[in-house]
Amino acid sequence: MATASEIQVDDDFAELAEKKAWHQVAIDLVRKQPLAAGGFAIVVMMVLMAIFAEFLTFFPPEDNDLEHMLEAPNDVYILGADQFGRDLLTRIVFGARTALFVGFTCAIVGATCGMVLGVASAYFGGTFDLIVQRLVDVIMAFPLIILALAVVATLGPGTVNVIIAITIPFIPQCARVVRSNALAIREIPYVDAARALGFSDARIILRHMAPNVMAPFLIMLTSFLGQAILLEASLSYLGMGVQEPTPAWGLMLQGGAEEFAESAPWVAIWPGVAISLAVFGFNLFGDGVRDTLDPKLRSR
Amino acid sequence: MTNLTTKLALATLIGAGLVVGGTVEAAPKKGGILNYVVGSKIPSYDGHKETTFGMIHPIRPYYSTLIRVNPDNPASPTDFVCDVCVGDVPKGEEGGTKFTFKIRKDVEFHDGTPMTAQDVKATMDKIIFPPKGIPSARKAFFKAVASITAPDDETVIFKLAFPTGTFIPALALPFNFIYSKKDLDTHGYTWHQKNVNGTGAFKFVQHQKGSFVEGVRNASYHHKGKPYLDGIKAISAPKLAVRVQAIRGDRASIEFRGFPPKHRDDLVKALGNKITVQESDWNCVLMFAPNHKVKPFDDPRVRRALTYAVDRHGGSKYLSRIAIVKTVGGIVFPNHPFAANEAELSKLAGYSKDIGASRAEAKKLLAAAGVPNLKFVLNNRGVDQPYKVVGTWLIDQWKKVGMKVTQRVQPSPPFYATLRKKKDFDVSIDFNCQSVINPIADITKFLTTAGNNYSAGGDAKADAIYEKLLRSADPKEQRAMIRQYEKRVIDDAMVAAITLWWYKINPHRSYVKGWKIAPSHYLNQHLDNIWLDK
Repeated sequence: MATASEIQVDDDFAELAEKKAWHQVAIDLVRKQPLAAGGFAIVVMMVLMAIFAEFLTFFPPEDNDLEHMLEAPNDVYILGADQFGRDLLTRIVFGARTALFVGFTCAIVGATCGMVLGVASAYFGGTFDLIVQRLVDVIMAFPLIILALAVVATLGPGTVNVIIAITIPFIPQCARVVRSNALAIREIPYVDAARALGFSDARIILRHMAPNVMAPFLIMLTSFLGQAILLEASLSYLGMGVQEPTPAWGLMLQGGAEEFAESAPWVAIWPGVAISLAVFGFNLFGDGVRDTLDPKLRSR
Repeated sequence: MTNLTTKLALATLIGAGLVVGGTVEAAPKKGGILNYVVGSKIPSYDGHKETTFGMIHPIRPYYSTLIRVNPDNPASPTDFVCDVCVGDVPKGEEGGTKFTFKIRKDVEFHDGTPMTAQDVKATMDKIIFPPKGIPSARKAFFKAVASITAPDDETVIFKLAFPTGTFIPALALPFNFIYSKKDLDTHGYTWHQKNVNGTGAFKFVQHQKGSFVEGVRNASYHHKGKPYLDGIKAISAPKLAVRVQAIRGDRASIEFRGFPPKHRDDLVKALGNKITVQESDWNCVLMFAPNHKVKPFDDPRVRRALTYAVDRHGGSKYLSRIAIVKTVGGIVFPNHPFAANEAELSKLAGYSKDIGASRAEAKKLLAAAGVPNLKFVLNNRGVDQPYKVVGTWLIDQWKKVGMKVTQRVQPSPPFYATLRKKKDFDVSIDFNCQSVINPIADITKFLTTAGNNYSAGGDAKADAIYEKLLRSADPKEQRAMIRQYEKRVIDDAMVAAITLWWYKINPHRSYVKGWKIAPSHYLNQHLDNIWLDK
């Protein structure tokens, strides 16, 4: 005769073994994390826009059509046209490509470099750790936008330089968070065991420690995505980011918001809405990831 | 000759600027502080070295010049009056090769030193014959000057190697600040880059970098009764939107450079008769310069293809609604009698109204040069009006003939460094902004040896034509030679290309009186004639 606890264990296994349909998973997610699901939907929409931009639009994003300059929203120009007669909807859809390219590149490179640096700093400790952490202190003392501005002012405007400018401030942020997790992992015996087996430092850091700091890494990564999009838009708005005629939301704001805010407000409104939605979406999604991966938050 | 004189008078009238909402002015009132916004930074205080309105607007009121454009008729290319000299501007003696100026006795530097002819001579020597290593941006304008002497404290004599109509307009340039000989002798030729000691209507008080430049009324100013204002404050505001809002919110009364048409309309709509708008053609043209030292731009066919591809007439029609450019013209200020008329223009590459034919020619030239799908980077200045607007438009124009162009936008200092020192560009946005309308001097930009010819190339035939032009005294002959020169520099050899001429729109608070728009944002900036009707 089975005891109550044995029955419970069997049920758990049964639940685990049960394969849920994808729509059931989606419904569960929406039920448990409605905001994160909303954020995820926005992210998916952005990704689809970026991938299928050519199929979703009817106008070339960079070609001027001066006869239609500043045309108000209508049947043809659904969101209106900008000062060069370019369709705003088209430029917003293609702008998603720029935003995601910059966002993902900066977030992935910044978070990955930060993770490696943070784990290495915790693993080696001593003088290396001291030097790395003081450098991290120095860089983190500057607000993100100021540091990015300083870097792009030194390197000059342009997409590649913007990516570098945004990535650099991300590295210490991620390194600091990951290091605190890696310090605890360093004390676990399997790290000593790996060392005793003669594994190289690089192997221990990358194969044995790094996978165990994935939770903070993913949380940082998702939060960086929204920040990177916002920073790219800010730098482009200040004229130090992506340059015309490349479609980019911040650049669209810069070109139109100042001059046509009164006479043709749609030139400023739609890129602003796109930036807000994207950042909102990524932040919600990031919060959801954090809530899922952080055991303390998960238990609440 | 008579015909040309009539045209000149007509040009004066046309160029006089359209004043919208203008009123008959009452007697000037004294007092008040004029706050005005400036959209560019001050590289240095030295007028002899600098070329930007970023220096002229905040610093010019502290200095005088030997002669100046008539403040009451600044649109005229021929109306000059004495500033620190006495009487009328002298006519040339000895066949136009000698000019004698009598200097006022009542002019005083702000440090209390009396100004004499020796100061004028020392200043003009610095501008025209600068020692090695001392920059002088307008030295080339005085090519004809052979010597300057000051036989006594009240007389300055300029002797020219040959008679030329460019001399007097060049003397009236607002950059020719009169410096104290004592300062030059004591502190050296670079002292004025960081210090101010002039004889202008206002005395320099302070410069808070990135914020404002402040001055107070010069009580011992030599134009008696002036200035009317108690003081001036030039507020730094690089962002156009900030400048517009400053005027709208009455934090500033005027911006002297010019606003795009949309901002004019917004201000007039919002403030009605509290805003007065002055408009004028502008002696400023936006150009693009291919780097002759970089392949394939060393090939004139490629350079000509660049200009053939540009629809100037279409651009004028539409860009004039969103940018401070408007007029289609050649190398000479469009309202001047020396400027090309429509028929003459239409014969030049890229000026035909049949843009289809022009673009077909561009494609043919590119194919012949072996670069049918030319790719290059356009170097541009990080200033919206009109640089970035026209740059974006040009990229689209070139795309229409199969060129793939990306844009590199730089803030002003690195932009200038690229043009002047690094020369690491394919094609760059360029400009020719002059103050006093002086076509024969203004077109020196295209000469092989000109300091502001950034194309790193030139045309020997054009240079030879210019040498003859400089020595010609007959306006009819001068005009004909300018046409030959023009054909060489923007067509056959395509040293650099003209896009559109600028159009100046100055909306200002209606209580600002006494200031008249000029065809240049460098002119009429001494501010001694401005008063506030409050």
